[in-house]
Amino acid sequence: MFIPCDRGGGSAAPDFKGFTLLMPAVSVGNVGQLAIDLVISTFDMTKVGYFYTDCLVPMVGNNPYATAEENSTELSINAEVYSLPSKRLVVLQIRSPFIKNKYRPFCETLLSWVKSSECARVVLLSSSHAYQRNDEQLLGTPLRYLLTPDLEKAVGGRMQELNWKEMEKVAAYPGISDTDKVLHIPGGGITKLLFTESCSKGIQMAVLLKFCSEGDNIPDAFVLVNYLNEWLQLIKSEVSTNNNSTDPSSQWKIPSSWRLLFGNGLPPALF
Amino acid sequence: AFLSSFILDSVCWEVVGVVKLWNEWCRTSSTTNVLPTDSFCLFYRLIADPTVLLCQCSCYVAEDQQFQWLEKVFGSMQKKGLQVTILSTCPVADYKTQESTLTLASPFLKALKTKEFQEQVCCPLLEQPNIVRDLPAAVLSYCQVWQIPAVLYQCYTDVIKLDTVTIEAFKPLLSSKVLKSLAKDASESTKVLKKFLTSSETHSNIYI
Repeated sequence: MFIPCDRGGGSAAPDFKGFTLLMPAVSVGNVGQLAIDLVISTFDMTKVGYFYTDCLVPMVGNNPYATAEENSTELSINAEVYSLPSKRLVVLQIRSPFIKNKYRPFCETLLSWVKSSECARVVLLSSSHAYQRNDEQLLGTPLRYLLTPDLEKAVGGRMQELNWKEMEKVAAYPGISDTDKVLHIPGGGITKLLFTESCSKGIQMAVLLKFCSEGDNIPDAFVLVNYLNEWLQLIKSEVSTNNNSTDPSSQWKIPSSWRLLFGNGLPPALF
Repeated sequence: AFLSSFILDSVCWEVVGVVKLWNEWCRTSSTTNVLPTDSFCLFYRLIADPTVLLCQCSCYVAEDQQFQWLEKVFGSMQKKGLQVTILSTCPVADYKTQESTLTLASPFLKALKTKEFQEQVCCPLLEQPNIVRDLPAAVLSYCQVWQIPAVLYQCYTDVIKLDTVTIEAFKPLLSSKVLKSLAKDASESTKVLKKFLTSSETHSNIYI
C-alpha cells in the first residue's frame, strides 16, 4: 500500500488525480526498471512515498540517485513513489523480485491504489524474451505496445500516427493453425496479469515493451525510454547540429547507482 | 511461522557482551517446538531495564516469512520512543567497490540508517551501489516506512566460520550511546568468546 513520506504536521497527502502513473514490470533484463531509473534521474524527481508490500523481496540501500554528498544518505527501500507535478507524472519504481505466489495480490493492491488515487492512466514499461519471437517478429522493430480498450479510444489514433506496432497475439498451441489466438508475453513477469486485470477493471493502461535478452541491458533501457518519449514527449528532442538528427539519448541522465554493474575492480595481483 | 535452521557465514559478539546481565525471557516464532529455549530466534530482556530488548536470530528467515516476522515482533511493541539497532554480517565478496575486494582491509563495518535516526553512527555509511538484503533489510524498511529511528551495522568479512577478528570488528559499537551501558567488562568477554569458538555452530544476526 502507498505510504506518503511526509505525514502529519498539516501537510496534505500527495494528490495524483489526473496524473499518469509510470511503472516497470520486473521482466527480462530488468529493462523497465532501468528505463524508470533514467526517468527519475533525468528529471530529479522527488520521492513522495513508499509502496509498502509483502509481495516483494525486501532490500535497502542509500539513495540511488545521489548527486552529491548531501543527498547520498537517504535510505531507499524496494518500492518507492516519485512525482513530477509539472508534467503530471507519478512514477513507481520496483527494485526487487516478486515473492512466489504474490503476483496476483500485488496486482490487486496496485490497481486498487490506481483507482483510489484517480490516476488518469497507467503506463507499464516491460520486456519480453527475444528468443521467443516468431518469424515475423524477428524482422523490423523490437518495440511493441498494448492498450486496454478504455485507453484505445483515447490514444489509439496517436499510435497509428507514430507508426507503432501492436503486440501480436500468438496461437495458443503453436503449430496448430486453427486455434484461438492469445496474448503471450514470455519473460514479462507481471505484465500480462496486470494488463488483463486492467482490461477487466476498466483502467486505462498502456504497455510498452521491448524484445531483449539478458546481458548489458543499458542500451535496451535507452531504446525503451526513447520509445516512451515519442509518445509522452517528456523531453523535447533537440536537433543535433552535428548530424542533423534528433537523438534524445544524450539527454537522459544516468544515475550514480549504475556504477559497477558488472563487478568490482580487478585485483592487481592478477597481472 | 516455521523457521528452518541455516548456518550463515556471519558472526555475533553481542551475546558475549550481555549474556550474564540478561534474564532470559524468550518468545519463539515456531509453533512446533515444545521447549521455548530450543528455538533459534530468541528475545532477551534486560532485568535492570525492561525497556531494553535483545533479539538473537540464529537462523535464516525465508523471504516469504520476513513480513510476518516483522508484523509479529513489531506488532507487540510500542512504537513511540522505539529505537532499533541491527547487527549483521555479510561476505566481503558481495561488497561493490572501484578497487578489488582483495585489497580491502576486512573485516570492516558499514552502516545504514533511517531518516529518523539522528545519533552519530560508529562507522562510515554504506556507499552506493551496495544494498542490504534479507531480514536486516526487512527490519530497516519497516522502520523507514513507519518513521522509527533505526540503524543497521553490517560487517563485511572474509571468514566463514566464527572468529575473534570479525567479532571484534563490532567493538566500535560499544562506544555508542545505546550499547555503552550494556557492555560487560573485558575479562568476562574473553572467557565467553573462547567458549563460542569451541562450539561448532555459528550464530548470526542480532537485533536490539
